[in-house]
Amino acid sequence: MQRIGVFVCHCGTNIAATVDVSKVAEAAKHEPGVVYAVDYTYMCSENGQNLIAQAIKDYGLTAIVVCSCSPRMHEATFRAVAEKAGINPFMVEIANIREQCSWVHKDMEEGTPKAITLMKTAVAKVNLDSPLQEGESTVTKRALVIGGGIAGIQTALDIADAGYKVDIVEKLPSIGGRMSQLDKTFPTLDCSSCILTPRMTEVNQNPNIRIFTYSEVTDVSGFVGNFTVQITKHSRSVRAEDCTGCGICTSKCPSRKTPNEFNRGLDTRPAIYIPFAQAIPNVPVIDKEHCIHFKTGKCGICSKVCPSHAVDYELKDEIIEEKYGAIVVATGFDMIDLHKFGELGYGVSKDVVSSIELERLMNAAGPTSGHLERMSDHKQPKEMVFIQCVGSRCAPDDRRGKTYCSKICCMYTAKQAILIKDHYPDTNIHVFYIDVRTPGKNFDEFYRRAVEQYGVDYIKGNVGKVTPLPNGKLHVHGVDLLDQKDVEIDADMVVLAGAIEPNPDIRKLATMLTLSIDNNNFLNEAHAKLRPVEAATAGVFMSGVVQGPKDIPETVAQAGAAAIKVVGLLAKDKLKTNPCIAEPDELYCNGCSVCANVCPYGAITYVDKEIRDHGLRETRRIASVNSALCKGCGACSVACPSGAMNLKGFTNRQIMAEVDTVCQ
Amino acid sequence: MTPDERLIRDEILAISEVDVTKCMHCGKCSASCPAYDVMDIKPHQFPSYMAHGEIRELMNSTTIWECLGCSTCIERCPRNVKPGKLIDGVRQAVIRQRGGSHLYPEQIPAMVDPQMPQQLLVSVLRRERK
Repeated sequence: MQRIGVFVCHCGTNIAATVDVSKVAEAAKHEPGVVYAVDYTYMCSENGQNLIAQAIKDYGLTAIVVCSCSPRMHEATFRAVAEKAGINPFMVEIANIREQCSWVHKDMEEGTPKAITLMKTAVAKVNLDSPLQEGESTVTKRALVIGGGIAGIQTALDIADAGYKVDIVEKLPSIGGRMSQLDKTFPTLDCSSCILTPRMTEVNQNPNIRIFTYSEVTDVSGFVGNFTVQITKHSRSVRAEDCTGCGICTSKCPSRKTPNEFNRGLDTRPAIYIPFAQAIPNVPVIDKEHCIHFKTGKCGICSKVCPSHAVDYELKDEIIEEKYGAIVVATGFDMIDLHKFGELGYGVSKDVVSSIELERLMNAAGPTSGHLERMSDHKQPKEMVFIQCVGSRCAPDDRRGKTYCSKICCMYTAKQAILIKDHYPDTNIHVFYIDVRTPGKNFDEFYRRAVEQYGVDYIKGNVGKVTPLPNGKLHVHGVDLLDQKDVEIDADMVVLAGAIEPNPDIRKLATMLTLSIDNNNFLNEAHAKLRPVEAATAGVFMSGVVQGPKDIPETVAQAGAAAIKVVGLLAKDKLKTNPCIAEPDELYCNGCSVCANVCPYGAITYVDKEIRDHGLRETRRIASVNSALCKGCGACSVACPSGAMNLKGFTNRQIMAEVDTVCQ
Repeated sequence: MTPDERLIRDEILAISEVDVTKCMHCGKCSASCPAYDVMDIKPHQFPSYMAHGEIRELMNSTTIWECLGCSTCIERCPRNVKPGKLIDGVRQAVIRQRGGSHLYPEQIPAMVDPQMPQQLLVSVLRRERK
């Protein structure tokens, strides 16, 4: 028989206002096994902890029940107290009388009896608890970063800087991500590639970092400290070790009509191409879908002109398998498809562009060599209209947009307006806004500069329709809500600040890594405030827009945070494993394989084992659980038809004892 | 707001099924409205007039009679506030106050005249189709 102590917490008035805590403590004294019960204002405080430790010593307690908040909050605290006082930390049960009781009830009449029931169930369970020992697992001292944008680059650099090996997997032929497509950055107006490319080079030269470009993560198994990841390296059809990056192949390629993804389809590229001048690695890739050789078997010019014979059409995709201790997801974002916004003329007129297309139009390496011009007639626009919040801040049931504020648009629009006014002072710029949101260091000052110094015309209101006119102009029909009047502008160019959304690949990855994502495909954090870069799956971290909309400095800061979490994990030689794992009762198991089929972690195998049962001695096929793989989800114990599978710490007997108590 | 006005407001909200708190005051409705120029209270103002209980002003506005019922504001509103439904609701409230039914379905064919904008008929059918 256990000697149980029950400790009821007031949590200030959080619990005590709706639960008569002294009554709960009093009721506990009559429960089987309970030799001591007390209530106290804050059990988690140092005094509270001392009170528990003292009671364990004074009354020779073998198990304790703490009636307090959710075990997510303080289970670890009370287990540590128990361990310090000399009892096994798994002889501690928490009755959640806050989140599941006092917070959901309004008066004591309801709250107190429920708290008493919760206390009784915990006592019933702790009576059947047995001491458990945490196991140990090893840590592979290598990290994987998925995504080679600024988030992934910075995370990898920071991990490598701490002395650990890192691999970056990037789906596209070069690392660099969205930032490599931007012209300047707000609010300092640094040239984006001038600050990004040194980082890209650093990654490339760092001996601790390997880069897998044109590659994808195709399978993940294992657990924190011991992930096994399958990476598919797509064939470039160019041998990187031989290629010198001279670019002759790309200049001679006769297939030149493929939309250039890097320039957002504003110009075309050859079928064998290097995405941009500073690409890393500086090795071309053959786009097999558009290559004449791959389509017809003819051509082969690139192979003939290559001075180092690096082009090889026979190269196949390569699948490699690598072990990692930690994984960082940094898959980034793209702008939503704006074709859905027909009334704004996107896809109807070439002169209605998205803001990221405008970045390319303003970039010296872009399709117009940095000269701002209309895509229809290559004339410089004199009258420009910017429309904010296209597809951001929509209702949850809106079929075109996203519910969230994309956060970066107000600032980059001010930036684009300032840059255009700087280069072409005779341009008239009108910005239709709903709200201007500029929280950030030197952000509002920057926006005010656009208004006060550069004379950008900010109009509080929205645009109803953009109509292309026969004279090549775009008729913009909007409203000024402050002046309460119609606004009609014949513009040369219209720029849409579209919402940003996480890279859709995250859905596949989330399944592979058992991550949870929200309605908008952003990754959920383990705790939105206190664990903002950790995923709910241990050993998986996140940085960049995959977690939520953010700008470059925030992304870099988050990348550093993710890196330190990874380093903290990789620095450990051993990890403690959860002892609450499945355990088969060999006498009950009939080897039916149901548990192995439901196990999501592949932790159950079958072994032939000699069993002694009622004087019989025979060899039976029975389940065996791999303690390193089992996560303690309990699926097997629910599925087992003979009740042989038990989850340690949550055995069938314990669960039934709890149910019996509730039903009394 | 008088108790009477409160009743009318609740009625309008019930008829229109509009939640005025969803409005973010972006002006997309007014910017899309083909009758904007001839309205005294603009479509984007309807949710805030409702929220502030200025029911009399809405009922006396020319807007409720100028609205073409084209449904563009309903279609384009990014927050699904549906200001057009609100305008319909206010108009309905005015008509109900006058009492009695003013029109029976069988009277309609005779009333359709060539001067009537086709758009009106189309939008009535579109909007009232459940």
